[in-house]
Amino acid sequence: MSFVQELDHLPFEELEAAALSSNDDSVSRALSRSALGGLDLHDFAALISPAAGKRLEDLARVAHALTVQRFGRTIQLFAPLYVSNECVSTCAYCGFSRPNQVSRLTLSPKDVLEEARLLLGQGFRHILLVSGDHPKKVSTSYLEEVIGLLHPIVPSISLEVATFPEEDYRRLASAGVEGVVVYQETYKRDTYSAVHLKGPKRNFQWRLDTPERAARAGMRRIGIGVLLGLANWMRDALALVAHARYLMRRCWQSFLTVSVPRLRPAAGGFVPLHSIGDREFVQLVCSLRLALPEAGIVLSTRERPELRDGLLRLGVTHMSAGSRTMPGGYKGQVYAEPQFELEDHRTPAEMAERVRALGYDPVWKDWEAVLHGYDHC
Amino acid sequence: MADELIIAGRAFCSRLMVGTGKFPSPEVMRDALDASGTEIVTVALRRVDLEYPGQDLLSFIDRSRYLLLPNTSGARTAKEAVRLARLAKAAGLSDWVKLEVVPDPRYLLPDPVETLKAAEELLSLGFVVLPYINADPVLAKRLEALGTATVMPLGSPIGSNRGLKTRDAIAIIIEQAEVPVVVDAGLGAPSHAAEAMEMGADAVLVNTAIATAEDPVRMARAFRLGVEAGREAFLAGRAPVKERAEASSPLTGFLETIS
Repeated sequence: MSFVQELDHLPFEELEAAALSSNDDSVSRALSRSALGGLDLHDFAALISPAAGKRLEDLARVAHALTVQRFGRTIQLFAPLYVSNECVSTCAYCGFSRPNQVSRLTLSPKDVLEEARLLLGQGFRHILLVSGDHPKKVSTSYLEEVIGLLHPIVPSISLEVATFPEEDYRRLASAGVEGVVVYQETYKRDTYSAVHLKGPKRNFQWRLDTPERAARAGMRRIGIGVLLGLANWMRDALALVAHARYLMRRCWQSFLTVSVPRLRPAAGGFVPLHSIGDREFVQLVCSLRLALPEAGIVLSTRERPELRDGLLRLGVTHMSAGSRTMPGGYKGQVYAEPQFELEDHRTPAEMAERVRALGYDPVWKDWEAVLHGYDHC
Repeated sequence: MADELIIAGRAFCSRLMVGTGKFPSPEVMRDALDASGTEIVTVALRRVDLEYPGQDLLSFIDRSRYLLLPNTSGARTAKEAVRLARLAKAAGLSDWVKLEVVPDPRYLLPDPVETLKAAEELLSLGFVVLPYINADPVLAKRLEALGTATVMPLGSPIGSNRGLKTRDAIAIIIEQAEVPVVVDAGLGAPSHAAEAMEMGADAVLVNTAIATAEDPVRMARAFRLGVEAGREAFLAGRAPVKERAEASSPLTGFLETIS
């Protein structure tokens, strides 16, 4: 069983047509159903429709209420820690893409520890290790070594690196990894092939099945997402919700987060194929909350401060802050190219202060290292 | 005689336990705890920063006033729950533990098999165990037989605010119990808490409904009053509910006239 069978049978044309022809009644129906938790993909199509765009305040109110009920007025803070920008894949939109003539670097495990210590000093207890797609440089053994150093001092470690077989995820889970983040980028196959030109990332289905493999291997947290700007955003949002629902059924023991990063300028000069404006972006975040009341929604520093502050009340539950998107970026002495440009440059302390000022509790720690590992296998 | 709640030999005046998650700030949490009149406060160990004491929510809980009840939220197996409880004990937090073994992060329903296993192990290690369970009367008796200090059946899924959806099963648990029954999870309004107390529950535990209210401090006070009202009603011996109206003149009165 794989999500690919479900994905290939989703009636996208019908759903997109339903979205475009939605009216005030279908939006009202979707809104009232979402309060009861019985929202289907047609309802979700209505929520992301132009008709629902006119009722953004109504969407926002429900999204806010559902989020507060489930997560309280809290925002969990985390930091990405880039361990490498070396990459064997050629992806048209990414600064790390193999052909880009940029300085490349993989941190030694000791350097990673040094970066982690700096993040701990800033208050972070949830760290996401990030790298390009390089299964040899950032291998399972390398990661085990890194995690061996980090695990005694970092309560929660997640990975956003190359994709691995289930056995490797099992090793990493028992080494102390809590979660795996793997965005499909786009669920539209032809677009996927057009932007992922060479390398292991070209394999659409392998990537699609990765979250399930990771969950089966015992990962407690699974992050999925799309990169907005590659394909039509409505279509990718529909597929993302279908994927999330599939994973919630199949991988019912893992906490699911979703993310919808918007494409940012990066080395290589890729121009987004599609765009999504701020208003539609907010509509999408609210709609994701309505469709997936129990999922975490992650928002990075790609977005502007004003937008992040506003979205914090509309469904977002996890935020990065003070991010550096190049290896060694926190220490700042080694130079390597960033993955993309950032918009929110506030320090972690400034971000936490802002969260408090907005009436929310910034949560630095919500996991415990002794919880890692899987006892069922 | 004072109406005290006795758990593991310790006496409490308040029958409202309060959870510490989801509050908009630790200051609001502290004030809500005060307003609730609670004496038992549960804290998720995963939120506690043992490495950096004094910087997290523990520093907002006056431990001379409240019994700190660490919970094992995040554990999905007995082994993980035991590891967390031992960590709490080693750090000097408590040897009381609210046992939560929840494999399902979506509906947050407890695993009965792993809960029973974990309870057995924790009891053998000398912990005072308060297990969170589904409203299953047989499981409640099994845990009681092992020696748990209470049983804590859920009213409805955690955070759902739906009230006593498991009312009939909870009534059986209360009827059969020889340890305090604490209704935990799902109580969304003071009336729900009052209902549980009227039924004869020994205490209730509330978190989401207080923490996510517009005014958590005021809601904490409201729950305090709801719990007190329900308890008073239970002690007063409320009149039984009647299925149908009762005829005011007796149906067998004719027997008097023919004798």
